[in-house]
This record gives sequence, structure tokens and C-alpha cells, in this order.
Amino acid sequence: MSEDYKSMWEKLGLDLEAHDMLLNVLGKGYQDIFLSQKDRPEGMGYFDFVMSEVHGLRIKELMDEKDQGRKIIGSYCVFVPEEIALAANATLVGLCAGADFAMEEVEKYVPRNTCALIKSSFGFKLGKVCPYLEATDMVVGENTCDGKKKAYETLKDLVSNLYVMDLPQVKSPMGRELLKKEYYRFKEAVESLTGKTITVESLKQGIDTVNAKRKAIHRLSLLRKENPAPISGLDALLANQVFFYDNPKRFTESVNKICDELEIRIQNKQGVFSEKTPRVLLSGCPMAVPNWKLPWLIESSGAVIVGEESCVGERGTRNLTNDSGRTVEELMEALVDRYFKVDCAIFTPNPDRLSHIKEMAKTYRADGVIHYSLQFCQPYLMESMPIEKALEDNNIPTLRIETDYSMEDAGQLKTRLEAFIEQLK
Amino acid sequence: MKFAGIDIGSRSIELVVVEKGKIVKSIQEDTGFDPMAKARAMLREVPYDRIMATGYGRNLFEISFDAATVTEIKAYARGARELFPHARTVLDIGGQDTKAIALSENGKVKKFEMNDRCAAGTGKFLEIMARALGFTIEEFGTEALKAEKNLSINSMCTVFAESEVTTLIAKGESPLEIAKGLHMAVAKRSATMLKRVSLEDPLVFAGGVANNICMRHLLTGLLGRDILVPEYPQGVGALGAALLAGEA
Repeated sequence: MSEDYKSMWEKLGLDLEAHDMLLNVLGKGYQDIFLSQKDRPEGMGYFDFVMSEVHGLRIKELMDEKDQGRKIIGSYCVFVPEEIALAANATLVGLCAGADFAMEEVEKYVPRNTCALIKSSFGFKLGKVCPYLEATDMVVGENTCDGKKKAYETLKDLVSNLYVMDLPQVKSPMGRELLKKEYYRFKEAVESLTGKTITVESLKQGIDTVNAKRKAIHRLSLLRKENPAPISGLDALLANQVFFYDNPKRFTESVNKICDELEIRIQNKQGVFSEKTPRVLLSGCPMAVPNWKLPWLIESSGAVIVGEESCVGERGTRNLTNDSGRTVEELMEALVDRYFKVDCAIFTPNPDRLSHIKEMAKTYRADGVIHYSLQFCQPYLMESMPIEKALEDNNIPTLRIETDYSMEDAGQLKTRLEAFIEQLK
Repeated sequence: MKFAGIDIGSRSIELVVVEKGKIVKSIQEDTGFDPMAKARAMLREVPYDRIMATGYGRNLFEISFDAATVTEIKAYARGARELFPHARTVLDIGGQDTKAIALSENGKVKKFEMNDRCAAGTGKFLEIMARALGFTIEEFGTEALKAEKNLSINSMCTVFAESEVTTLIAKGESPLEIAKGLHMAVAKRSATMLKRVSLEDPLVFAGGVANNICMRHLLTGLLGRDILVPEYPQGVGALGAALLAGEA
């Protein structure tokens, strides 16, 4: 940390000793996984800085925003519309759920056989190591999978400002109506939190800010279809992860700057891996910071990841919101339209996801698909089997991986990944 | 030119040397606690021009010996095709992994399944269970075959199965029948993996567990087809690696 943030962390009620431990592990992991990569784009320097200050400077910025009367809203899901938060003078941040922490404590609250992401969200709270969570004025939980739904019932006792958003599970007119009602309810909740009424102008501005952020990511994604790949999958994933934390405008500029650099690389046929490197599309569960395990194992086994069909990736960022509405109601309709297209595995049936995987494999010229499910994540595990079959019927080699955040299965995973990559050559 | 293949597994290390397509040397040692020292000692007696490593110790070997590596999956596929040129499916049950591999007509790996992190249904599982019942691993299969009735064991987890075995012993069930039940549990699990990769004939059964006569017998029955077992099933990976070293 470039500055002393101890007093800030202390004020937020963090367990300084445990938090130091976490930062050490994070720093070392980042060094081994990211900084050791060869030929990284220079623009990644910005993301290296963001990561080195992820619990420091960024938190300080949020605290400064709070001092000026802005509210901070935390979220665990891409269904929570950032546009509404921004329009009501609030900042939305993604909350920590990508590493095992305080597991003995966690298992007093949720069963052992709970997915690593849910356990992690409890671990960061119970271990008092997530400054984002502690800095928030409102935490939004959402009824996606059964695990999360039930976990929020328990988390409510630990997080006093938890707000739970209901979500549809079927893409029917009724489902859309539910989402719309919930977005209006959320809008009111945010307005009452910040004391600011959302106007046509503020909502339009919120939509434009988030659209710009998504557009920058779309631009980055499309550059990854080139061969040799101009950027590693790890670095692109990192940009997708920072999407949830950073100041939106600064993030947009930084991603666009990397894209400018990548365009020059592409002209010069310069890549991070050789042209012959097998290309894989990663599809499945979200990867929250610092869950870099699988992409790291893949890219250190001789393949390059060319796209993420994930909430932390294209499933989360696909589609812009139409900003042409002239009333708050019209803009809200546009928001509902945009978010209702997200093809999360909690929906039944969910045929769009398969079409998107096929489409992405084609666009990014993937040689194969690696389907990643967190252990005990029923929706994605269930979908992985028909998806594997459908992809293989389309002659797209597919490998299904089921894992969690621990490193104990790294050896076996590596064998499976290497064998799959041998198969693609 | 002499090409060597070394398969550094969790239980044993196999070394095979081929020259002009023929096996000229084949040795096996227990892995022990220092696999690299073991490998070095094994290689001291064996001259070769090029070597390729496979097995879970391959990456360590790659660093220590500056050698090329290949996964067990590709190595077993290559070795099995050498011994049985028309093989379309390979089952490899080793010390800590079980793999079902589907091959295309030309012998390329088409699809594979492998157990996850735990040793459920692997050689290690059988070894621990043999010990729990007082058998040596060598006699475990032959003894299990003598069982008269079929006992069903539900747990595949080594830890849970051990307590299930204890319960069965306490109930007065015969060790022979428990032994057969355990073999059946492993056979069923392997059959499921084979079916997932879409089983096609001929099927080759390799890896150390293929030496177990009860496993061979039960799998033949479960799958309702003939199973080809190489003379030296645990050496198939090393043979494949040696051949791949020659083709590199």
C-alpha cells in the first residue's frame, strides 16, 4: 500500500491483522499470476495500480464520496442496476466473494456443501476483511439461486442494511412484470436512501455512464478475436472484474486506452501467445476477485482464453440500454428490457445461454469451450451437461470443470486441462 | 535411436525404452517419498537419446531433467493403440486417478473423463479397503472373486466406505463378500465414466488396477463386452510416452 490506510480500515471496523494477511496473500497471488505474464499491454499498468490499491485508494475515494453526501451501495449480482444507483447520487460497487476466508466461522452459518461464492461473502463479513462491505450504506442481495436466497435470510442478521431484491425465474410477461416492479421498488429504496429523486436527466446520465463502460468492454472483447491474441485472458478477466469496483468514467477511459494499444499490436501482428496457441472460451459461473485459479491454470497449461461467457464477462456486459426515452417511465422500461435479457442459469428454460456460447465460440474463434461450475452451484452444474452435449454435437470440444476456490485439486485440474488442450492442437 | 518414456505415478514409476518400435527395456519401482531421486536412479542404468515424461510427477521431472511432457491421457491413448491398434476406448485406473478415454478412428483423444480431487474409485481406494479387510493388494481380487453372494456398498468416498466396511464387519458379513462389494462399487463407477465418453469397442483396460482379476471379471459382466488387458497394464503410459518421444 502506497499510503497508510490503517486508520481508515480501523474506522471501518476491519480486523487489521486478518486484513493484512489477506492483502499479503492477494499481493503475492497477483505477483505470481499477473505480473509474471510476458508481453502484457502497457495499459494494464493502470489495472495493476487499481489492484494494488483495491482496498486502499479506492476505499478512500468512496469514503470521500460519502463525506460529500453520496451513498455507497454494494451488490453481489449483475441484476442490480447500476444506472439507478448513479441516477440517485449513489455509487454501486461489487462486493468481495472470490476467496475462502474465515471458513470455520462461515460453517457455523451456512452448510459445508454451499458454493464457494456464497461462503466467501459470509467469510469476508465474519472475518471483517472487506472494506467495501463495511463502507456501504446499503447492501443489495438478490433472489437468484436457492443458495443465495436462503443465505440472505441468514446474512440479514449480520448485515444490518441488507435489502433483498426479488428476481423472476421465467422469461414470461409475468416474469418481466416482476422485474419491473422490483426495479421500481429498488428505485424508491435508493431515492429514500440518498434523498434524491431520480429525474429524466439523472437517469439518462446514469444509463449513458454505464453504457459507455459496457461499450469499452465490448470493444476490448472484439479485439480478442484476433490471432495471435493481443491480450491474455487473465488480463481481460481482470478488466471485467475491475468493472465492478472502479469509478465508471475512469474505468471507461482506461479500457479504451488499452484498446488503442491493442489495435496497434494487432496491426503489428503482435500477441501475448503464439499464433498456434489453442484458443478457449470460458463459460459458466462468475469469477469474483481474486478467483483467478482456473484461468491461471488454463493459461499456464498452454492455451489462451479468448472470451468469458460469465456474469464477470459477456453475460454481464452484453447489451446496452436504450437511452432514447423522454420520461423516467420510458427509461425504466428500457432498463427492464436490457436486464431481462441476461441469461443467468436461474432462468428456466434458458436457451439463450446456449446460443450465446455458440455465438461467442464462433466470434472469438475458440477451438474449444471450458465450462466452469463452482461445486454445489446447482443451476450452472445442471446446465453444464446439456450444454456439453449440444456443443459436442456441433463439433465444439468441451471440457466440464467443477471446482472451488481451494488449490487442493490444482494437480488433477492441470492434468485435465493439459489433456484437453492436447486434444485441441 | 532409443526413446524413453517415464510415467511418474502416485504409487509407482514405470520406465520403458523403445528402439525401432520395439520395447527394449521396461522397469518399475515404487514412487516412495522422493520421486525425482528415484527417477534419477532408474535412469542411471538406462541409456536413451530422448525422453518424455508423464504422470502426476511430469512437471517436476520437466524442471529437473529438462524433458518434454505429455498428460497421462494422451500417453495411455498412444500406448494402448500401440498394443491394440484398433482400440477405441481406454480405461485407466491408476493409484489416484481413474480415466475413461474415447479415441477416434485414427487414435486421437476424442473425449475423456477423469475423477475429481478425491481418490474415490481408484487404486488407492482398493488398497485402503484391502488393508481394512486384512488382505494384501495382490490377493484382494482373487479372494473377492470367491464371494458367493453380492453385497452392495454405497459409499464411494474412501473415508465413508471405510466406516461402511466396519459396520458390515460388525454385522457379521464375510470379508470375501465385502471385498467383492467394494470391487463392484469401483467397477460401477468406472462403467459410468466409460458410458459418459460413449463406449466403443475394442476397449482396453490399463493401469495398475487392471491386474486385479475381480475388477476385470466384474467390468466384463457390467459392460457385457470383452475387455482387452495388456500383459503389463501399468506400463502403458510409459510406453505411450516413449513412442511420443520418438514422434516428437
